[in-house]
Amino acid sequence: MNVNYIASLITVVVLFLIAYVGTQVVGLQVLFGIVIPYLALVVFLAGFIARVLNWARSPVPFRIPTTCGQQKSLPWIPSATVDNPSTTGGVIARMAVEILLFRSLFRNTKARLKGGERLSYEWEKWLWLAALIFHYAFFTVIVRHFRFFLEPVPAPLKWLQSVDGFLQIGLPGVLISGFALLAAVIFLFLRRVFIPQVRYISLASDYFPLFLIMGIAVSGIFMRYITKVDVVSVKALTMGLITFKPVLPETVGGLFYGHFFLVSVLLAYFPFSKLMHLGGIFMSPTRNLANTSREIRHINPWNYPVKVHTYEEYEDEFREKMVEAGLPVEKEPATGTSQEKE
Amino acid sequence: MADDLLKPHELIANIKPRPPQTGWMDTPVKIRKGMYCYASNPKSVAALGFPNAREWNPLDEDWKLPPNWKEIVFEGMRERLDRFRTFKVFMDICVRCGACADKCHFFIGSGDPKNMPVLRAELLRSVYRRDFTTAGKLFGRLAGAREMTLDVLKEWWYYYFQCTECRRCSVFCPYGIDTAEITIMAREIFNLLGLNIDWIATPVANCYRTGNHLGIQPHAYKDMIDFFVDDIEDITGVRLNPHLNKKGADILFITPSGDVFADPGTYTAMGYLMLFHFLQEKYGLEVTWSTYASEGGNFGFFTSHETMKRLNAKMYAEAKRLGVKWILGGECGHMWRVIHQYMDTMNGPADFLEEPVSPITGTKFENAKSTKMVHITEFTADLIRHGKLDLDPSRNDHLVLTYHDSCNPSRGMGLLEEPRYVIKSVCNHFYEMPPNTIREQTFCCGSGAGLNAGENMELRMIGGFPRANAVKYVHETHGVNMLACICAIDRAALPTLMEYWVPEVNVTGVHELVANALNLPGQQERTTDLRGEPLPGMEADDE
Amino acid sequence: MNNTKTLYDGGKVITGLVIFVILVTLPFWYNHGKAAPEPQPQLTAKAKAEKACVRPKSIMKATHMQILNGWRNNVVRNARRIWETADGKRFNMSLSKTCLDCHSNKEKFCDTCHNYAAVAPYCWDCHIDKVKEAKE
Repeated sequence: MNVNYIASLITVVVLFLIAYVGTQVVGLQVLFGIVIPYLALVVFLAGFIARVLNWARSPVPFRIPTTCGQQKSLPWIPSATVDNPSTTGGVIARMAVEILLFRSLFRNTKARLKGGERLSYEWEKWLWLAALIFHYAFFTVIVRHFRFFLEPVPAPLKWLQSVDGFLQIGLPGVLISGFALLAAVIFLFLRRVFIPQVRYISLASDYFPLFLIMGIAVSGIFMRYITKVDVVSVKALTMGLITFKPVLPETVGGLFYGHFFLVSVLLAYFPFSKLMHLGGIFMSPTRNLANTSREIRHINPWNYPVKVHTYEEYEDEFREKMVEAGLPVEKEPATGTSQEKE
Repeated sequence: MADDLLKPHELIANIKPRPPQTGWMDTPVKIRKGMYCYASNPKSVAALGFPNAREWNPLDEDWKLPPNWKEIVFEGMRERLDRFRTFKVFMDICVRCGACADKCHFFIGSGDPKNMPVLRAELLRSVYRRDFTTAGKLFGRLAGAREMTLDVLKEWWYYYFQCTECRRCSVFCPYGIDTAEITIMAREIFNLLGLNIDWIATPVANCYRTGNHLGIQPHAYKDMIDFFVDDIEDITGVRLNPHLNKKGADILFITPSGDVFADPGTYTAMGYLMLFHFLQEKYGLEVTWSTYASEGGNFGFFTSHETMKRLNAKMYAEAKRLGVKWILGGECGHMWRVIHQYMDTMNGPADFLEEPVSPITGTKFENAKSTKMVHITEFTADLIRHGKLDLDPSRNDHLVLTYHDSCNPSRGMGLLEEPRYVIKSVCNHFYEMPPNTIREQTFCCGSGAGLNAGENMELRMIGGFPRANAVKYVHETHGVNMLACICAIDRAALPTLMEYWVPEVNVTGVHELVANALNLPGQQERTTDLRGEPLPGMEADDE
Repeated sequence: MNNTKTLYDGGKVITGLVIFVILVTLPFWYNHGKAAPEPQPQLTAKAKAEKACVRPKSIMKATHMQILNGWRNNVVRNARRIWETADGKRFNMSLSKTCLDCHSNKEKFCDTCHNYAAVAPYCWDCHIDKVKEAKE
């Protein structure tokens, strides 16, 4: 048993129950349906902006990209224009491939000691695949949910929904993204628990967002497929928030408030957590700089003069020996054998 | 090699398959013999004016720290967070996915979880969270935060001197988090407390005063070059006349002092000399060496950004004093990280130099037009491409080669094809190691970033295990007997590593191979290579 | 540091943040000022006269699609066409003949909510045309 994930799991369950009991027993719909969601959004945006600006307040004193391919040097040697970019276009391509396809994670290997003495490196694609599915599924789910926040719902959203539901299983039709999200989150959780090294490095703050997202996905799936909610009333609530004319339809139940509260918690938690990698990846100097370090002078805003040992000091110390060895000197030594510097 | 060093199979058997039962915050550090480098000599620390110079011993309970050491650490971190976006972002965005874990040679070779790059960084991150983030202050351990204590400092010291700043983890990190960057910050903080290791502090002090890490004084440097000239005359029958500190030469050449001092780097140094002689005889190109800027490497880089700048300043200063057109740099790893990614920013602009053009081929080195320093394999590859060298690769036929990409030229520069092109042009038998162990995925020699001391031999053999294992593979499958590299630390460290893991394989610099193949004008029939080994077909002469 | 208020690469960072904020707050801009009233499905005279649906209104609102799905399966796979409610009323399990018999105003009944919630049921792929044909 691991206190980190037990604590995280309990926290998420308790959070859900707070919202459920809070709305169904205590009657705090105003709090969970209006106040907290607004607050969460404000905290999310303000926190996110503050974090990014905080990063931006520190300069990038040196141009230090991690180069992952051949540099651009001699014209007849083909360079790796994406993995080791030398142009802005190359950097944009590198960042795009990194952000959209998780290029670096795609390289992942697993080192194994075979037969007790030979190291081998196998391509380890599962983390990459699960991470990719997780992020794309989550993204799709978020975009899909814009149908609750836009009226009229724009056509592209409907297209997305029909693509997501192309299996046409059951009614309401199964949307793949929700289940893919849940499956990927469960995979990411299980690998944290079952790979000893990954378990060893995992903190409560690694499990907490996983459980939170799991809770959001499970409550969402329950609402859509099992316990059912009155979608029209839910949209009335969300549109009330968006148009600053909040309403609290009575037909919206505790499960919804639980779901909504977990989402609010995720938003508010985001800027204070590792989830900020969303913003951070754009700011990573080992990825977002072109490898033109010798071609274009990079300026360090805090470059300051340092004490150096000058050639004069050097020659003053070694002049005699240099002359004796036949090395050229700037100043001829004083006549005789005495050291000049005394 | 240390007598009490474990045998290779014992070292492999020691690799821990699983992390310990206790969590990493509850597993105190044990500083173990063979795994750490000796504390810095106070004289060396004081030589550069660093604070808190004193005698101390990592094994002692009391490190004789200044009483306000916690404040120094806190202020040191704060200042660096303000100066380096890398540091700040890398402290904040790691998601602990673990992709970096088995990318580190020290982790692969030891199984010690604190050698996983992620955990190495967490050692510092945990304190950062506690001191600099809201979540860490509020939630403490749940948010992965912990207080700075003496044990934490010792843990930092032990593990940040078990990182060779090779950046392999950074290649695999989805956010490009570079442990080298974090290690650099940690080591800067150590230097505020006088906690450097001697293998770094003393070379730095030497370099500051004499111009090179080994403390070779100008007349002794000249002696070494003269020895090489004699040896080359014995082998080729040609008497070289190299230039030292020569004003008005075309090009200033700077290489690590290790190459003039210790085998097998010395053969590489002889290679440079022969190449420059050839170019002078054939094309009138004048290349000068310098005794003042007689160090390409820069152990200041392993000390602090400021120290790096102080040592590096000599390159431009000497180029300016001698009035050369541009600078040519020898084979070295971290030297090239410093030149490529730092020098121009720190000590530039080099407006007193010309944009580098090869006077022989007319090639403009566009990629070096601001820094004005060219890598010798870029230079030589260009010469060979234009057919400007007279080469007889058969003189390397007794060698079956593989090539070790040095960390810094690969991952801090992207210099991958140039040395390969040169090697393939001067050798007939070349085999690559497996793809996951070369180019940008290359494995460190295990002794970089100032860790190539004698007392930490177990650490070095552990760290070099993945590299050696790949060499062993090509040795067994292709009969490889020579490992080429373009790094002076490699040339110092790999022979020991090979002797331990793959004794049948020797180590060479690329320009030793060039010189073996290079026909000097007026040479006698060559019967041996630069090492005095008989050439293929010449063995009969002995009978 | 010299000046902690300085932003480095400020242009790029601010641009990125503005794009981010616009994307996150898109719904507020999209709907701004517009009221988005909850749809009011209209009952036909026939539906009003009938007073009760096959299940209570609140259940119908949330689960009619599941009831219809059950009906379809019963009719197509089990050949059972009769649905009996808790209070003993019997209905023909048919979208066209039962549901749309009362709720013959699809545009003002079904579509109001479906459009509002961006639901595109594939029921209409077949059924609606049949209804139209029957009416003609």
